[in-house]
Amino acid sequence: MKLVIAIIQPYKLEEVKEELYKTDVNLITVSEVLGHGRQKGVTEVYRGAKETGNLLRKIRLEIAINDNYLEPTIKAIVKGAKTGETGDGKIFVLDLAECIRIRTEERGSPAIG
Amino acid sequence: MNSGDTAWVLISAALVLLMTPGLAFFYGGMVRRKNVLSVLMQCFIIMCVLSLQWVLVGYSLSFHPGNGFWGGLQWLGLNGVGLEPYADYAGTIPHQAFMVFQGMFAIITPALIIGAFAERMKFFAFLVFTLLWATFVYDPLCHWVWGMGGWLRNMGALDFAGGTVVHINAGIAALVTAIVLGKRSNLEKNVPTPHNMPFVVLGTALLWFGWFGFNAGSALAANGLAVNAFVVTNTAAAAAGLSWALIEWIRNGKATIFGTCSGAVAGLVAITPAAGFVSVIPAIIIGLLVSVFCFIAVTVIKPLFGYDDSLDAFGVHCVGGIWGALATGLFASKLVNSAGANGAFFGNPKQFLVQLLTVGVTIVYTGVVTLVIYKLVDLFIGVRVDEKSEAMGLDLTQHRERAYTVLE
Repeated sequence: MKLVIAIIQPYKLEEVKEELYKTDVNLITVSEVLGHGRQKGVTEVYRGAKETGNLLRKIRLEIAINDNYLEPTIKAIVKGAKTGETGDGKIFVLDLAECIRIRTEERGSPAIG
Repeated sequence: MNSGDTAWVLISAALVLLMTPGLAFFYGGMVRRKNVLSVLMQCFIIMCVLSLQWVLVGYSLSFHPGNGFWGGLQWLGLNGVGLEPYADYAGTIPHQAFMVFQGMFAIITPALIIGAFAERMKFFAFLVFTLLWATFVYDPLCHWVWGMGGWLRNMGALDFAGGTVVHINAGIAALVTAIVLGKRSNLEKNVPTPHNMPFVVLGTALLWFGWFGFNAGSALAANGLAVNAFVVTNTAAAAAGLSWALIEWIRNGKATIFGTCSGAVAGLVAITPAAGFVSVIPAIIIGLLVSVFCFIAVTVIKPLFGYDDSLDAFGVHCVGGIWGALATGLFASKLVNSAGANGAFFGNPKQFLVQLLTVGVTIVYTGVVTLVIYKLVDLFIGVRVDEKSEAMGLDLTQHRERAYTVLE
């Protein structure tokens, strides 16, 4: 079992979700986060004062999957989120020690899907 | 000159001005949070741009007693529009008080259209479109219905506070722009939900409050007619808000605050042309029924035809406005306003036909000219933002601002 954590551009969320659904990955958790990468980002201007170099808004996806879904999931995220510019984000893959579905108390692979 | 009348009209003008920021919150709450500032900005910049347009050219085009079709240019820059009363419009208040009161109507009318093209229009294109629309659609129609010599006015059309000039007019323009601009992208998969419902409620409250100036102020005097307009305005809004809530309750099992607010606004729209001509029982009927018509428009007709009138500017303002204009032709009574006319239910069916013709003329004229203006702006500037800007949101891409921070 793997846990995939992806940091993507907020405006790419819809496309990534769509690609994931096509790959039959339907269970995702989404949160709004702030982060710093190499990207300089969009400059916001408030009463003439430019705000640059601040933490940028990103979307963080968490997806728990069985091993055979790993590559398709990575492909789907890349396909949905890639523009080729800095700031597209990153994907982290972690080994997942255990997964428990609270409702049934099932454990391991069956609990993921 | 009457000091009481002057005071009431000035206060009413301020009340009507407040409706535009009220509308900004009403609409701003309905859009996604990445677009809330764009809507507030569009409403606010209209207050700036059209306040200037009105004193420079708009008032002359609308209200100078020219021929049947336009007012002419004699009052450009308020030349000759002074502080003495102008008896043909209002004999007891300074001419400029009448002018500034009318100016607030010219501001809010194009702001209503924003509801149709929200979340996808370029700011610059919006500015040019709005200015042209105010000059070539609002000002002429305003002259026809309200200006001395206007041909619909001479025919006896009744529009107390702007059901036709403001609401049907803006509503038809909304439908046309929604259709030609096309749907917001990704609409089927990701139905946008209002990002801040309390804003919608706040906006509705400000609209309801300001509407007393809109309708009761249209009496242009602090008199019995103003009181009649005040009472029926409140009554119709109340009936319509309750009616929409009940319809939802019956149909969906729960009444919502969004529905109740929509109903109240629909009721205010519908009573607008009738406020100075009908009494309180017709006002209740007008209010109860307008929610039925508008509910059908936004939940049945809109999905059926598939146009993306984002915030239901057509569904509420045009549909409610048409019902109000026709209802005026049914329920108007000379017992309420001796300067008005009787409607069909008071022995004068001809009035209903006059109202019907006025509605038809507005739909055709506004529809055609709005389409022409849209196409011109699209040709020279391009109306719609690109796909990436739409996905990122108009706040950031059109204004380089954001409404909400994440941490601080």
